[in-house]
Amino acid sequence: MIARNYSFRDLDWLLLFSVVSICLIGIVQIYSATASTSLDNSWAKQCLYLAVGLVLMAILSTVDYHVMVEQVPLFYLLVTGGLVAVLLFAPRINGAKSWIPIYGGFNLQVSEFSKVVILLVVARYLSEVRTEHLSLSDLLRLGAVIGVPWLLIMAEPDLGTALTIIPMVAVGVFLGGLRWQHLVVILLIVALVLPAGWFFLKDYQKARLMTFVDPAADPLGSGYQVIQSLIAVGSGGVWGKGIAQGSQTQFRFLPETHTDFIMSTFAEEHGFVGVVIVLSLYFMLLMQIIQNAQMAPDRAGMFLCMGVAALILFHLLVNVGMVIGRMPVTGIPLPLMSYGGSSLLTMFLLLGLVQSVRLRRMVI
Amino acid sequence: MSEAGVREFPRNLGRVFGSGAVFAREDRRGMDFRLSLFQYAVFAVFLFLIAGFWQLQIVQADAYAARANDNHIKSLPILAPRGKILDRERRVIVDNRSSFSVILSREGVQEGALRSIAEGLGVDAAELLARLNRFSKRARYEPIIVKEQLNSGEVAFVEAHRRMPNYPDMELIREQRRLYPSTGIAAHLIGYVGEVSERELDTLEFARYSEGDVIGKSGVERTHNETLMGVDGKRQVVVDSAGNHRYRIGEKPAVNGKDLMLTIDLDLQVVAELAMDGKRGAVVALDPRNGEVLALVSRPTYDANRLSGRIRAEDWREIVNNPFNPLLNRGIQAQLAPGSTFKPIIAIAGLEEGLIDENFRVSCSGGASFYGRYFKCHKKGGHGSVNLHTAMAQSCDVYFYTVGNMLGIDKIAKYAAMAGFGAKTGIDLPHEASGTVPSTRWKMENFRQKWYAGETISVAIGQGALTVSPIQLAYAMGGLANGGVWEEPHVVKTDTGKLEPHKASWDPDHIKSVVSGLYAVVNEGGTGIRARIPGIPVCGKTGTAQVASNDLVAATKDPDLYKDNAWFFGFAPCDHPEIVVAALFESGEHGNLAAPIVRDVIKAYFDKKNRGEISRRQPARIQTASRNPAPVPAPAGPASPAEEVDGRPDEARP
Repeated sequence: MIARNYSFRDLDWLLLFSVVSICLIGIVQIYSATASTSLDNSWAKQCLYLAVGLVLMAILSTVDYHVMVEQVPLFYLLVTGGLVAVLLFAPRINGAKSWIPIYGGFNLQVSEFSKVVILLVVARYLSEVRTEHLSLSDLLRLGAVIGVPWLLIMAEPDLGTALTIIPMVAVGVFLGGLRWQHLVVILLIVALVLPAGWFFLKDYQKARLMTFVDPAADPLGSGYQVIQSLIAVGSGGVWGKGIAQGSQTQFRFLPETHTDFIMSTFAEEHGFVGVVIVLSLYFMLLMQIIQNAQMAPDRAGMFLCMGVAALILFHLLVNVGMVIGRMPVTGIPLPLMSYGGSSLLTMFLLLGLVQSVRLRRMVI
Repeated sequence: MSEAGVREFPRNLGRVFGSGAVFAREDRRGMDFRLSLFQYAVFAVFLFLIAGFWQLQIVQADAYAARANDNHIKSLPILAPRGKILDRERRVIVDNRSSFSVILSREGVQEGALRSIAEGLGVDAAELLARLNRFSKRARYEPIIVKEQLNSGEVAFVEAHRRMPNYPDMELIREQRRLYPSTGIAAHLIGYVGEVSERELDTLEFARYSEGDVIGKSGVERTHNETLMGVDGKRQVVVDSAGNHRYRIGEKPAVNGKDLMLTIDLDLQVVAELAMDGKRGAVVALDPRNGEVLALVSRPTYDANRLSGRIRAEDWREIVNNPFNPLLNRGIQAQLAPGSTFKPIIAIAGLEEGLIDENFRVSCSGGASFYGRYFKCHKKGGHGSVNLHTAMAQSCDVYFYTVGNMLGIDKIAKYAAMAGFGAKTGIDLPHEASGTVPSTRWKMENFRQKWYAGETISVAIGQGALTVSPIQLAYAMGGLANGGVWEEPHVVKTDTGKLEPHKASWDPDHIKSVVSGLYAVVNEGGTGIRARIPGIPVCGKTGTAQVASNDLVAATKDPDLYKDNAWFFGFAPCDHPEIVVAALFESGEHGNLAAPIVRDVIKAYFDKKNRGEISRRQPARIQTASRNPAPVPAPAGPASPAEEVDGRPDEARP
């Protein structure tokens, strides 16, 4: 079907450069944040995940993304089954069932990988719709297909992952051609459902939202993280305090230093200059992905790239926004930098898809 | 996506890519617009984030740097102990007791841990939570005191749990608490300490202290607060959020308070305390040669330990509701008519003014009329013809009515003032009362009325508007016996020589005449025979002062309330006195009942002086007594002669 007329020279090396740079910076920061704690081997584990991730990405980039799109029903069933299994069998950790323990003390977070599958589903569905605008039945059917795994994720509950799926789908729908009338209706429904959703939130989730509105209201409880994060970021100043010199980080005033709040510790130790450098790398990454979308040979490829871009952008906005107190605390990690195998491997799978699209850009 | 769609897909795939070029080209116009819209969104998000970092790291960097500093540098107070209070022989009257308080940081407090802490410290969990909430307005890293005076089990609990994960930062601070004699010995003289109040902070005296400082509230604790109070130090440590001290940055050591040495002789103090046991009133013992206060007792007394620090409501209520006001330092604050103890002033005034000499005689028939009113003598049949010597010994009222009448009120007032009545003695204790010496001017100023000559007659025997305090009586009579030289009384050793002594150029022969009368009071069958000590020339004078007019006493249902106050002052040796003691026995009825109190103290003084080396054992015993809450047995030596006098028939008359 498609000639293998591509070589590794055609890989998106700028994208790869920004990704690896971000990951390495992340590993240094994980090292700094966990030094002399019980988690002080985290950086080594993250190195391992990075290596595995790079291999996964390389493999996936050689696989034609059309084949992946073709296998969507299988993936869909696998992931939905996995999510059901998680709900049934996974141990409850911190009130949520989301991790399946696998060999050697590693845990698998199924909901992370469901992102990849949902992205493929969206790409496949939209590439089949050839009209300029999506009809109502298109929207409803897409909603039904994605709704099943999404509700399963919500049921775990893994609110963070469920939340990140929304912009991915939204961008797909937007690019697929959303009628403004439909948009208005959707927004209206959301506006009606959101207040009702308040009652389904757990107490800690309500507290987090209240904290976002006024962090000082409960400085001992949920406001603590935000206030400590602001202190860490603010005290970093222009040049930062230096690697492993951040008092907020080193003296453990800051929580989750190597996972959700890694940007906070980075900002403390490397200052505004460091922040601008890292954000520039992310910007470069996003621009490369968008460029790949623009050069994609077909709608499926473009949707794949843009879904990944939307996902990363949303993560950035919510996570970094949280670190600087502009977004509520949601437990959404910073892609590529935060410690965590599942999220990093998922990221590389997604980037593998982007590379796969990239490699086939000349195919006409 | 419908089932059909999924199944169709493989078949359509070829068509998709077959027409891919056309499809892509058609599609791109709308798509490109949407993609560039997305790019703008990316741009906006980055601007939003960068702006946030700019705000925090550039605009507000300094403020956050300061907060980060506060976050990990913890300041721990090192509390300076107050100086000890010692008696004139360096025996400890007030000591400190080391105790532990636990302070709790409110950072990272979890409810489960709180409950366990409450259990470990033996406090109510709800109360602890309420206490933490009460301080919610303070900065979170500022620790608050959760419990004071921990017992050893609670200290062990804190030590074991302070570094535990999920537990808030707990810290033990060593605190020095005041340890007062629990029997209330010298309580009024020493005073007590407490946290400075907001109102006190607004006064000049306490303006230099700050919230939370423990200061002296009364007694020498207050007048010498600056000496006794040290300067708290602090230790700065770097801590992590689990409260582990990483390292010490700096330490400012505490400057301990200085010890304060009193002029009080604990031996005499204890004797005077015992003599006053069960009575209401005061005893003041002075060395008239230098003004040193050797003993100062006021009864009823209180346990200063219960007033120091956090006062329990019930303790406070008990003290405040006591009708006899235990907080009043009667030695310097009671202002009462001195009765016949005032007679020596009339005598010296008559002699100095040349109105009488020692042979001046008055005939007492049990009373006399002045200005149309009949004034009774306390002895019904009268004393017959008396001169100064016998009039003093028998306390003949008619004699002193006559001399007082000859003097007139303003002459009386002049000599009373020379002896120190009507003004504060200047003792280094707070809230001294000045008493009242009436005069024509005094009456005009206070009542806008002229003085009636009849009023002078009452003043001549220490009644009427005349009021004195026990310290004034001891000071006045000590100075008289000292040849008209009054040394300012003081209770703190270092306060000596503040003022030049106050002097009166009285004729030594006149003084000798008065003193010989006072000798007769005790040693020649006078009213003060109960103060007699074989081998020691003791002079003195009784006083029985009415607290209300005879009519009022007759009218009242509870005559006990208006029982006469008993006074006695004595000094020894008569010619060169080393000690003067004034005793006030409220509702004691007869001045001769106050005499044994004075005798006990004077005897203790001379016993101690004469025994010298032998009495070395004494201090240790008395010191134990001062710390022992159990009732103190009477020290055998100084205080024993009490029964021997009490057993005698009442041969003396007031």
